Amino acid sequence: MRSAALAGLPAASAERPEPPALWRTFPSRTATFCLVELQKLSHDRTELFTRAVQPVLWLVIFGQTFSRIHAIPTGSTSYLDFLAPGIIAQSGLFVAIFYGIQIIWERDAGVLSKLLVTPTPRAALILGKGFSAGIRALAQVVVVLVVSAILGVALTVNPLKIVATFVVVMLGSAFFACLSMSIAGIVLKRDRLMGIGQMITMPLFFASNALYPLAVMPPWLRALSRVNPLTYEVNALRGLLIGTPANYPVDFAVLIAFVIAGVTTASLLIGRLAR
Amino acid sequence: MTGPAAVDVRGLRHRFGDHVAVDGIDLQVLPGEVFGLLGPNGAGKTTTIRVLNTLLPAQEGEVLVFGHDVRRAQTAVRRLLGYVPQQLSIEAALTGRENVSWFARLFDVPRRERRARVDGALEAMGLLDTADRLAGTYSGGMVRRLELAQALVNQPALLVLDEPTVGLDPVARGGVWEHVEKMRLTTGMTVLVTTHYMEEADAMCDRVAMMHLGRLRAVGRPEELRRSLGPGATLEDVFRRETGNTLDGEEIGKGGLREIRRTRRTAGRVG
Repeated sequence: MRSAALAGLPAASAERPEPPALWRTFPSRTATFCLVELQKLSHDRTELFTRAVQPVLWLVIFGQTFSRIHAIPTGSTSYLDFLAPGIIAQSGLFVAIFYGIQIIWERDAGVLSKLLVTPTPRAALILGKGFSAGIRALAQVVVVLVVSAILGVALTVNPLKIVATFVVVMLGSAFFACLSMSIAGIVLKRDRLMGIGQMITMPLFFASNALYPLAVMPPWLRALSRVNPLTYEVNALRGLLIGTPANYPVDFAVLIAFVIAGVTTASLLIGRLAR
Repeated sequence: MTGPAAVDVRGLRHRFGDHVAVDGIDLQVLPGEVFGLLGPNGAGKTTTIRVLNTLLPAQEGEVLVFGHDVRRAQTAVRRLLGYVPQQLSIEAALTGRENVSWFARLFDVPRRERRARVDGALEAMGLLDTADRLAGTYSGGMVRRLELAQALVNQPALLVLDEPTVGLDPVARGGVWEHVEKMRLTTGMTVLVTTHYMEEADAMCDRVAMMHLGRLRAVGRPEELRRSLGPGATLEDVFRRETGNTLDGEEIGKGGLREIRRTRRTAGRVG
């Protein structure tokens, strides 16, 4: 029995086959980290429910009340329809912005050292981690989509647009997770990251078009919103889900550019955690 | 000796700010041996292996792993390694099998071999029956063996273990060494292990190096080192002669709070 198993572990050799090409390493590592995130979610689903509470409150209480009082001008779109994509982007943001805590936890537990000693380029590690935050956000998004549909939000039924919605949420969450991991690489401590996360979440959320259109903002807030990737995420989501006009090439280009910048920054800083 | 040494360290010096953690060491580990790096907390053992496994940049000196320079060929070095850090570093929210499978993917084990290699590593560590339980439910000794399985799934040429038995009860400690020894005999891999348990090093290592305050004080086979001191001497006695210090107690103050805290945390998690 033993010897049969050990046959699976042949003599240790310092000769290795050629390593896979770099262009294959990135998607392969990203898929690996996403798979691990799904496995973790499948073993413990409580987070799915606890994290669903907040977006549901936003939709049910805030959304329904503001729909009724017509305080925010959203044209021919009902306020609840207008709000739902914003809340989807928000739940992705909230999941991702504290993702750096996981990296710090992994540092404390020694897991990060082990990951860094595998033949995984740091950028591939960060990209994988970023998209696995996206996977966790997607689980949330599905819940919010279902609740929105129950509340009567006129969501698209086009499967391609739903898939594109998931891609947008993945990109947005990956960026905010990279932001969080970059901060983790700078502050190095869990409680500091918690504090900074708390500090920047609401400004990111309010200085975007998630709750109200750009048109009603004072000029300074509008200027801030235009450099906030969340605005472009919400714009794309709103176009895809409820059919408002959206400039997809710009939205996708901005999100992809932010992800690339985020991955680059975080992978330069992550080594600080392993020292 | 044919082919390059498993580990070849020349003139390695590493400092953290003003503190010199490793103060110019030369060290050769031969292919296929179990080499023990001994010393109290703060001796510089962990820093040495963190340079060797590419986690820390080599500031001064040269470090080769099977002929690959840790500065210039990081990926080539990493592909040869299995590394088990001091902390109990598993993902508690995954099963044992998922933990090993994760690392099989990270080490680019081809898809068609993956299942057999994962099962083989779990079986070799005696974890096949409990492989589908969440790793969070494992005992300390089982967690260590799971970490070994994660490292072994890469079929490492060099297995690097940092204080593998710290915080474990005597039975679990014996179990870990037994599994390491069995793997070494089966695969012929080289093992570099740090420990401050002299009796374990005496029993398990082919050669040891005694490290103190960043310097190597003695290198040799355990029995040679003991014999040099006279009949009945232990490695502990040799260490005292070489360094003028004991392994525990008074010297720990120099070990750095961070490392002690890490050791305690590991011990605490093992319970």
